[in-house]
Amino acid sequence: MLISVYVPLIVTVVLSVLAPRPARRLAPRPAAWALACTALVTTVGWTGSLALLAFTGIAQIPEVAAEGRWSVPVLRAENPVHLTVAVAGALVLLAGCVSLVLAAVRQVRHVLWARRECARVPGDGELAVVDTDAPQAFALPGAPGRIVVSRGMLRCLDDEEREALLAHERAHLRRRHHLFQAVWRLAAAVNPLLRPLADAGGYVLERWADEEAATHVGSRRVVARAVGRAALASSSRTSAPPALAVTGGAVPQRVRALLGPPPPRRTLPIAGGALLLTLCCAGLANAASDSDKMVDDAQRAQCAETIAHVDAAGRPAHARVRFCCRHHRPGERQG
Amino acid sequence: MNGFRDGGTPGRRARGELESNVLAALWSADGPLTARQVLTGLPDDLAYTTVLTILSRLYDKGMLVRHRAGRGYAYEPARDEASHTAHRMKSLLEGGSDREAVLTRFVSELSERDEQLLQHLLSGPEDHAGPDGAGH
Repeated sequence: MLISVYVPLIVTVVLSVLAPRPARRLAPRPAAWALACTALVTTVGWTGSLALLAFTGIAQIPEVAAEGRWSVPVLRAENPVHLTVAVAGALVLLAGCVSLVLAAVRQVRHVLWARRECARVPGDGELAVVDTDAPQAFALPGAPGRIVVSRGMLRCLDDEEREALLAHERAHLRRRHHLFQAVWRLAAAVNPLLRPLADAGGYVLERWADEEAATHVGSRRVVARAVGRAALASSSRTSAPPALAVTGGAVPQRVRALLGPPPPRRTLPIAGGALLLTLCCAGLANAASDSDKMVDDAQRAQCAETIAHVDAAGRPAHARVRFCCRHHRPGERQG
Repeated sequence: MNGFRDGGTPGRRARGELESNVLAALWSADGPLTARQVLTGLPDDLAYTTVLTILSRLYDKGMLVRHRAGRGYAYEPARDEASHTAHRMKSLLEGGSDREAVLTRFVSELSERDEQLLQHLLSGPEDHAGPDGAGH
C-alpha cells in the first residue's frame, strides 16, 4: 500500500509522456488500439488509486468509522498515507468525476446530434454532396453513417484522389473511429494528463484512414497528394473556425508519412506499454488488497474493544458481539 | 471486377460505394456526362452496364437530372437537392469545436508554415521518384 497505491499514478504519468510519440510513428491500426487500451487501463488505475487514497482519509471520519465498525486509531496507525495526500486524492478524484459526467453528457448529446443530422442529410446513399465551393469533407458517424463532401472539394481532386478521399472517409466510418475518439475524450476528461495521448489518438486515426485508403486505391502517393491538395485548397479560402489549430501540423506529417515507406509493425513499444499497464493493474490490485486488510484489522480491533466493554459491564451480550465480529469470521462471509 | 461476385450483382455495400463513386465523379465534372464518360473517370474497371444501372438508380432517386445525348443520356447532379444539403452543412459546421469532435474531417487547418511544407512535400519527391515511388 505504501508504494503500490502510487504505482498506477506513476504508470499513468509515464505513459502519458512516453506513449504519444511512438504511437504517431507506428503502424496506425495497432497504435490506435494500443492507445485506446492505454487510455482505458490508466483511467481505471488512476481513479482506483485516487479512490483508495481518498478512502484512507474518509475512513478516519468518526461517523464513517462508526458506520463501518472499525477503529479509527488502529486505522490511523496502520495507514501509510498522509492525511493531506488523502484529501488531495479525494479532491482530484471528485474533479475527475464531475468532469467525466460533463464530458459524457456532452459526448452523448453530440452523438445523438450526429445521428439526427445523418438522417436529415438528403438522399439515402452513403455520399451526400453539398453544393458549395468551399472545400469540405467529413464523415458523419451514425448507423450506417454518411460521408459529406462539398462540390468544391470534389472539383479540386482528380479521379484517383477522389477515390482516395472517399476511401479515407469510409475507413473512418467502417472502423468506428468515433468510438476511439470517445474513449480518449472521456479518459482525458477524467485525467487531463491524458490529453496529449488523446491528441496523438486523433492523429493516429487519420493515419489509419490514410493507410486504408492507400490500400484501397493501391498507391500511398495518390493519398498523399489527395490529402495535401485538399488541405491547400481549404486553407487558401480559409473561413473555418480557428478551434482546429490545435491539430495544426498534422497534415504535413500525414503527407510525409504517406510519401515515406509504410510504417513498421514493431512489437517492442507495444510490449513495453503492455508491461506498464500490467504493472498498473498489479499495483492497484495490491493496494486494494492492502487497504482491505487494513480495514479488516481496524474492524477486528474495534470488535475486541467492544467485547472488552461488554465484559467490563458484566452483561452477557452475545448477540451484539456476534454482530460486530461477523466481519472477520471466515465462514460467515459467504452467508 | 471490383466488389462483384462472379460478375453478378454487386454486394450491398459495394453497390453503395459504387453509387458514391459515380455521384462524386459527376459532381466533379464541368458538365453533364454520358455513362461512357463516367466510366472513364472511375478508377475501377467497371462494366458499362453497371455504370448505366447505377446512373439510372441515382436518377430514380432524384439525385441526378438527365438530358438526351445522342442515343443515350447525359447525366448531371441535381443541384437543388444539394443546395438543400448546403444549408444543413452550414449548421453542421457552425457547431463549434465540440461538434467538430464528432465529425472526422478529411483535412485539418494549415498554418502558414504547414502550407509551405506541404507545397514542398508535394512538389519535391515527384522529381526524383517514380509516379508511385512510395516505399523502396
